[in-house]
Order: sequence, then structure tokens, then C-alpha cells
Amino acid sequence: MELIKPSFGLIFWMLIGFSILFFILARFAWPVITNGIASRNKKIQDQLDEAAKVHEEMEKIHLRHDEMVAQAKADRDAILAEARKISAEIQENAKAKADSEAQAIIEEAKKAIHFEKMKAMTDVKNEIANLSIDIAEKVMAQELSDKAKQEQLISKWVEENQLN
Amino acid sequence: MKYNKLYYILSLFTIAALLLFSAQSLKAAQNEEEGFNAGPFIIEHVIDSYGWHICGDGDKSVTIPLPIILFDDGLQVFSSSHLHHGEAAYNGYAMGWGENKGSIVKLQDDYTGHLEEGQEYAVDHVCKFNISITKNVCALFLSLALIIWIFLSVAKQYERHPNEAPRGLQGLIEPVVVFLQDEVINPSLGDKAAKYTPYLLTLFFFILLNNLMGIIPIFPGGANLTGNIAVTGILALFTFFITQFSGNKEYWKDIVNTPGVPWWLKIPLPIMPFVEFIGIFTKPFVLMVRLFANITAGHIIILGFISLIFIFGQMTPVLGFAVSPVSVLFYIFMGCLELLVAFIQAFVFTLLSAIYIGMACGNEEHEEHTELAK
Repeated sequence: MELIKPSFGLIFWMLIGFSILFFILARFAWPVITNGIASRNKKIQDQLDEAAKVHEEMEKIHLRHDEMVAQAKADRDAILAEARKISAEIQENAKAKADSEAQAIIEEAKKAIHFEKMKAMTDVKNEIANLSIDIAEKVMAQELSDKAKQEQLISKWVEENQLN
Repeated sequence: MKYNKLYYILSLFTIAALLLFSAQSLKAAQNEEEGFNAGPFIIEHVIDSYGWHICGDGDKSVTIPLPIILFDDGLQVFSSSHLHHGEAAYNGYAMGWGENKGSIVKLQDDYTGHLEEGQEYAVDHVCKFNISITKNVCALFLSLALIIWIFLSVAKQYERHPNEAPRGLQGLIEPVVVFLQDEVINPSLGDKAAKYTPYLLTLFFFILLNNLMGIIPIFPGGANLTGNIAVTGILALFTFFITQFSGNKEYWKDIVNTPGVPWWLKIPLPIMPFVEFIGIFTKPFVLMVRLFANITAGHIIILGFISLIFIFGQMTPVLGFAVSPVSVLFYIFMGCLELLVAFIQAFVFTLLSAIYIGMACGNEEHEEHTELAK
């Protein structure tokens, strides 16, 4: 029956010993350990939260970046289209101007040619008139000689003139 | 490969050593004239004693003498070696026999010297205030020192390296602390958990460490501390007082006027309040008996298997040798089981303590746990 009979000595020492153990651990060990664990848990959680936040931020930035790239591409396309349009316009203008200038020059040339032609015609008319007068003079001069001779002479001058 | 080889060699060596050891003990047991008696042998190994027996038998035994401290007509302090395992008296003090076994008795005359067998010695009185440093008290001090050292060094780690990954001993302790907090203390106590966490953690690690030390068969283990009813009784007493002092109005009201019970169980005969009142005491009582019985039973079974060797050896030594491997195998099996029990019992004691305290605090949201406790 000694097995189930608690002894006074062990009760005494156990009371003291366990109380001392409890007070030492409760004072110096458990608060440090539990707070240490809790603080580490908090730190890890904070870091996880922060990582999630950063990830979200990154995604936002990425999105914005994509937007910016798309915008830039659109801008570039617009600018290029504008440039093409402007260059086409310039070409068109240049061509029209060149055409009109060429037309003007041609007109001018035509006018000049016409003028020269008129002038030449006038000259020829005058020459013919002079020549006719000369011939008439010579015919007049030879009129009294025989008629055959006159005809011979006229045809000879006409021939000469034709040759000229 | 190399490791495996080494492992086998070591195992063979261990078994050979065990066999040799048991053979030697067998011879010693055979030399005793009265023969081997398993009952007293087992009880002697699970109860407390005034010296720490290390090895050997009879006169050749090696025992650490421990001090005997008595408050009997003033303070009396002397070494237990003076008492020669109960075969001698010192200044009239001797180890009790018969119904006084385990106590120190004062003989009628202040006799110092050998106590002759067969001679009657008149007992004056049993020394009541006996605070001797027995084997269990010594083991208690050792375990206290060990626990304090472990946890102060772990606490120092937390202070030195705050918010860092646990290392060394810290890594061994932390998962257990976190498990207890998350699975036992917080679910049972809810928002009042912080107040009781130090006590429950101390309780768990004290029981666990002493259970484990109790499994170790050689010095400084081997003292059956958590299998001693005084130790488990004091632990249960702590839980009892903490429970009563943290009991709120609801707790006491439920005892006096239990809800959900027919009125005729309360008036005119207060049967239910009486049952509830008894329940206040049975809870810690069950805590005390459960731990004590589990640990002691494990030790008794192991000692029983070891005793088998000697019992069979008494018939013929060959039989003793034949039985010893079986005994050793069973011992190993029981050792593994005891290892499991060491954890389970520490866990159960802590869990039930937490639940009892939680019930007294009146934690409404933990009804399911209280159901479990019943």
C-alpha cells in the first residue's frame, strides 16, 4: 500500500519545487518565448502582407506601362500617318505648280512663235511687194521691146524667183 | 551501407550486453537463499527510497546515500547510509517496517547500530515531518534544474535573436509550445488564454520531462516521479485551486442550480448540486490517478517482463537464458509504448487542466470541448 500512500516529504518538496519552477518560468521564460513566437508570427505576416501589396503595386505599374506602350504606339502611328499625308500633299502641290509653270512657259513660247511668225509673214509680204515692184519696174523698162522677148524675160524672172 | 553495418553491430552488442547482464543478475538472484520474489521486487522499483540505488545487489550494491531530514524533537539531518537499507538504526531512527514501511520511525531507545533479525524493536512513534531528500525528491530537483536550464536558454535565444528562424534547442521546443497554444490552450480558454498559458506550459513540460526521465533505466533517470501519487496529487491540486479561483459567477451558479436538469433533482433533495459538488473534486482526483496509474502501470509491466527472466532462471538457468531475448523484446516494445504514453499523458493532463479552467472561466464558445471532457 506504500504505492498509493503519498509521503509528506515528497508533497512538501513538490509544492516548493513546482512553485519555484512555475515562478521562474512564468517570470523569465514563458513571456519571452510566447512573445518571441508571437512577434515573429507578426513579422512574417507583415512581410507577407507587404509582399502582396508590392505585388499588387507591381501589377498596377505593369498595367500602366502596357497602357503607355499602347498609347505610344498609337501616337507613333498617328504621327506617321500625318507625315505621309503631309508629304503627299507637298508632292501634289509641287506637281501642280510645276505643271502650271510648264503650261505658262509653253503659252509664252507659243505666243513668241506666233509673234515671230507674224513678223516673218510681214517681212515676206513686204519682200514680195518689193520684189513685185522691182519686177514691175523691170517689166515696165522692157515693155517697148518685142513681145516675145518680154514673155521670155518674165518667165525667166519668175523662174529665178521660184528658185529663190 | 557502412551505417547499416555499424547499426547491426551496435544492436548485437547491446543485446549481448543485456544477456550478459541478465545472466549475472540471475546468478546473484540464485545465490539468494529465499529465492526471487517478483512482487516486492517490482514494488521496490516503482516506489520511493531513501537512497539512489545504481547497480549491484546486497552488500556489493552501489547506492548514492541521500540525506534524511526530520523535524522530530528539533531538526535531525543525517545520511541514509547510516540506516543500511533498513538494517541499522541511527540515534534511535530506523526505517519503518510492516505498516510503517516507507517512513522513518523513532525507536523507544536511542539505539545506534545494527538491527538484529528476529529481534523485536519497540517503535516509539512515526516521524510525521519527514522531508528527507529521497530518490524522488532528488529526481525532482534534477528535473527542475534541467527544465529551468532548457527554458532559460531557449528564452535567451529569443532575446538574442529576435524574429529569426529558431535554432538548436529552440527548434525542438517551439513547435511543441506552438502546438499546445494552438490546439490546447487557446481553444479551451479563448481570450483568457494568456493568463493561464504559463501554468499550462510549465505543467506540460514538467510532466513530459519527468515521464521521459522515468523511462531511462539508469542514473540519473529511473526515478518514478510522475508515477508517484504525491507528485501527481500536487499537480492536480494546482489545477484544482487554479480552477476554483478562476471560477466566475456562472460556474458556481451552474453547480448550485444546474441548467437543463429536471427540477425534482434539485428540490427538495439537492441531488444534482451534490453530484456537481462532488464533481469539483473528482476532476482533479481523476487527473491525479490517471497520470499515476498510467506511468506506474507501464513501469510495472516492464519490470514484470524483466522478472520473468529471474523466475524462469530459478527453475533452470537455461530456461532463463531462453526467456531473456523474449523479455528484452517485450521490454523494447513496452519502452516504445511508454515513450508514446509519456507524451500522451502529459498532453492529456494539460488538455484536461485547460478544459477545467476554461469551464470555470465560463467560455461560452467552447461547449464542444467541455462535452469532450465529460
